[in-house]
Amino acid sequence: MDNEKLNLPGYEIPEDLEHAVAITTLDRIYNWGQRSSVWPLMFGLACCAIEMIAAQAARYDMARFGMEVMRPTPRQADMMLVSGTVTKKMIPAIVRLYNQMPEPKYVVAMGACASGGGPFKEGYNVVAGVDKFLPVDVYIPGCPPTPQALIAGMIKLQEKIDKQSLKTVRWYKKGADTVEIPVPILGPDLIDPRRNAEIKSIAAAQKG
Amino acid sequence: MTTTPLTSTVDLVARFPGFVTADTRPGFTGFIVDKNKLVEAATAIRDEFGYDLLTAVTGVDYFPENKMEVVYHAYKITGGPGLVFKVQVPRTDPVEVPSLIQVYAGADLQEREAWDLLGIKFTGHPDLRRILMWEGFEGHPLRKDWQEPFYEEDFKPFKSRWPDGKIEMAEDKNPYKDNLKFPQNFDPEKWIPEGDALLYGSLAKYTITDEHGLKSDRIVVNMGPQHPSTHGVFRAAIVLEGETVLGLKPVVGYLHRNHDKIGERNTYLQNMPYTDRLDYFNSMSNNFGYAVAVEKLMNIKVAERAEYIRVIMAELSRIQNHLVFVGMLLNDLGAMYTPALYAFEERELILDIFEAAAGSRMMCNYFRFGGVVRDLPEGVLQKIKDLVLERLPAKTDEMERFLSENEVLVSRLQGIKVINAEDAIKFSMTGPVLRAAGVPYDIRRADPYGIYDRFDFDVAVRQHGDLMDNYLIRIDEIRQSLRILEQAIKQIPEGPINSQKPQYQVRVPAGEAYGRIESPKGELAYYLISNGKPNPWRYHVRPASFVNITALEKISLGTKIADFVALLGVLDIVMGELDR
Repeated sequence: MDNEKLNLPGYEIPEDLEHAVAITTLDRIYNWGQRSSVWPLMFGLACCAIEMIAAQAARYDMARFGMEVMRPTPRQADMMLVSGTVTKKMIPAIVRLYNQMPEPKYVVAMGACASGGGPFKEGYNVVAGVDKFLPVDVYIPGCPPTPQALIAGMIKLQEKIDKQSLKTVRWYKKGADTVEIPVPILGPDLIDPRRNAEIKSIAAAQKG
Repeated sequence: MTTTPLTSTVDLVARFPGFVTADTRPGFTGFIVDKNKLVEAATAIRDEFGYDLLTAVTGVDYFPENKMEVVYHAYKITGGPGLVFKVQVPRTDPVEVPSLIQVYAGADLQEREAWDLLGIKFTGHPDLRRILMWEGFEGHPLRKDWQEPFYEEDFKPFKSRWPDGKIEMAEDKNPYKDNLKFPQNFDPEKWIPEGDALLYGSLAKYTITDEHGLKSDRIVVNMGPQHPSTHGVFRAAIVLEGETVLGLKPVVGYLHRNHDKIGERNTYLQNMPYTDRLDYFNSMSNNFGYAVAVEKLMNIKVAERAEYIRVIMAELSRIQNHLVFVGMLLNDLGAMYTPALYAFEERELILDIFEAAAGSRMMCNYFRFGGVVRDLPEGVLQKIKDLVLERLPAKTDEMERFLSENEVLVSRLQGIKVINAEDAIKFSMTGPVLRAAGVPYDIRRADPYGIYDRFDFDVAVRQHGDLMDNYLIRIDEIRQSLRILEQAIKQIPEGPINSQKPQYQVRVPAGEAYGRIESPKGELAYYLISNGKPNPWRYHVRPASFVNITALEKISLGTKIADFVALLGVLDIVMGELDR
């Protein structure tokens, strides 16, 4: 619903109150509040982080979207911008940070590496995309994405937030407040505890 | 022009008859030292021959010949060509080489890296733990018989990538459908992770109770890998008593992207875009270093116009690096954002030039062997002129006016020691940190590459080696870079931009090359070994950040934790280059 329609929803508003009273839906005002203050976690992994800083700086100015308040602690962050190559050594820390973020939380995979491994996919220490572990909301292509592309991705995230409904969002459902993702373990290679049985059976079947 | 070490000036063979032989393989230089005489020979090289700066230590796996080699590059701090010496040992485990840490303290982290990636055990090293990978990781990845989980073939281009209209996913070829590899009969439920036991063990000497038997409150604090002041995913395990740092170990590898392994599968030209992603602030400098190394191997000249374009790009890169450095240092000191915003404003203008010339803001991929990939587009030279002659000098003055005499800044920086000249050399430090300690060592002067010998500029040097000097030297270097740029813009000739034909695969004769440049952060070098094939046999990056943090433990002991943040800031590390 655009602003025009929202201000004229069919209810009769007395003329002298027309500019003081607005009628809206609960979903819409909730989403409007959330989309206008998406605070990213202050956390940069690699090259993309530099473009993230550039997008925060004067020329591109992400503050226009309510996204300039970088929070160094996950407890205050709404969005995790995975800006760079996710390595096997780093992923336990990333999963922990994600688990520590309160709901509602979003994950944006910035750049080729975070989306799917990128140019380093073949590397032995590289996780081929952060979506192997975290639920990703928006992928931003590029190596690194320009600040314009990053901002376009942020606008996509806002569009996604606009479509939320209080009835269906996961953080108001019954059960635990957040879903904990099991923290990967550093073994002879990266162990995802969710795949323990699978790893065991394949390792038993393979030849020396 | 050439920086190939002239080994004829040193006669190591005569000094150690029977134990040292000259390396006579075609294309190779230097000496092969007997393992049992290594420490003695290194001591002589340092004390008698005067090669006091050990810049690079790395291993090479000669798998077909069944031997391992460790290569050392030493230079004189007074300038001039270097000395290469090597140790060869059989390739049967345990591969053991004596550690040189007592002779050259700067070998510390590099020896740990060689242990981690190649499995070369340095006997006598006090803290030989894995550094880039974690304890418990299976195998030593840079060995030629070690295959990564997504292994397809030994060398690129892979057959699966030829454009016959079919795409094969690497995931489909791996039994785990992922980038994973486990030993046979591995049971993840029975695995006990080693965790950081060894790391904390190495810090144990700092956590002991004091002599009166009182149990004092010494605690270990992990700073990072996610921390706003660690410039990326750097982690420091720090032993604190109150606010004083009593012990420290850097923990790195959180951005280890396997440049060396991927680089050895790539063809020579395919590595160029990978070098962009090492020190991602300065992709132009990274390109420069790699181009210098390969051109040395190929023994080709660079087109005249391209030489000037290279210098212009490298120096512009240095200016934006140092501007951002100042902004980030102020961030670390608590002046959040404002100085960084000023720095990024100028950086954007320089990136505009890179984008116009190379097509990309950050990952330029602009240099080619023998020149650059394309000429400067119309109007770009004028833009550079405006920047260099008008805007940047004024903005540097502005920055200094705001900061250099600022009372808060001065009281945070002045008199806080980073390192003295003697220790800086001992720990193989290079770049602005070394020069701020009073050592005028700049590779552009000490071992000139490209056409730097044609320009008139001073090597910036400061005497105190405190934080203030480390800040001021960056400003000095911006001014010197502007001087070089002024001359380069005036002298740049018209002409072709590449002395070679554009080609995807270059012919590189067998041999070794060590190409080093003065990157904004210090010495950036590439060590390449070619066996005449289209792919390098060994591709090793010797980054400034990695070697410079060898001294981090030494320089931060006894400081306050708030100063440690600033000390880490002036080392100007960047994780892409540090972890590779």
